[in-house]
Amino acid sequence: MMPEHYPLFYTFHFYFFGVVAIASAIAFVTRKSPVAAALWLVNTMFALAAEYILLDAQFIGVMQVLVYAGAIMVVFLFVVMLLNLGHPSDIADARGKWPVFVAALIGIALVAQLGAVLKSDIAWKFAVPVGYNAEQMGKYGAVGTVARPLFNEYLLAFELTSVLLLVAIAGAVVLGRRKEDAR
Amino acid sequence: MLAESLALSAVLFTIGVIGVLTRRNAIIIFMCVELMLNAVNLTFVAFSRYYGAAGQVFVVFVMTVAAAEAAVGLAIIIAIFRHRQSVNLQNINLLKG
Repeated sequence: MMPEHYPLFYTFHFYFFGVVAIASAIAFVTRKSPVAAALWLVNTMFALAAEYILLDAQFIGVMQVLVYAGAIMVVFLFVVMLLNLGHPSDIADARGKWPVFVAALIGIALVAQLGAVLKSDIAWKFAVPVGYNAEQMGKYGAVGTVARPLFNEYLLAFELTSVLLLVAIAGAVVLGRRKEDAR
Repeated sequence: MLAESLALSAVLFTIGVIGVLTRRNAIIIFMCVELMLNAVNLTFVAFSRYYGAAGQVFVVFVMTVAAAEAAVGLAIIIAIFRHRQSVNLQNINLLKG
């Protein structure tokens, strides 16, 4: 692995936002009220946006706040409000103990896999040279660094995404309307 | 910071899996799926520091798919709620053998 040195300021904030993200995520899965859960999830997403900015992905950090915390979570809260689901007593929780063990097993497998990736030499053969990202960032800016591959190598996928969004709009409208209107 | 990012991502993903497996409210299960997508996004961003900006492009795609999935999924939840007046997944067992 490449040798890296970070100032204490950077390391402190990295760990700080990491702890905030994990604490809010735990608070999120243990809340009984859907509204409280959604707000804790928004907190997790803000902490993750800070992590993205610390990891030199400023544009993705802004997108995280705008799209995830600003749009997707608002849709969730809107549905909770629309269906009047804000009552915590409605929610029966915890379907027994074994799902937690399954999740823990998945987590352990995930950590083992990531550890194997970090240990292997093969992974580092494909790494870009040190300083390449900083050079790109200086040349094209934070948005241009993402936009260049998006509109060159991944143009087809980008265009297909627009079809996906169209299908999603049509699907949401068809599923969401009342039965009387459909006949 | 790669190892720390990946560890954080694994922890968040596991919390999301625990939520999906233990909660019964369909909306909260959806939010847990969003948390898992976020954990994967963190992995992409962490690796994009070493493997070029393609990882950040994938994050943009994941966000688009998450937005589409939220729109369609919540429309399905609204349709289910109209039929059964509940989003508790225990009551929705028509296909249970």
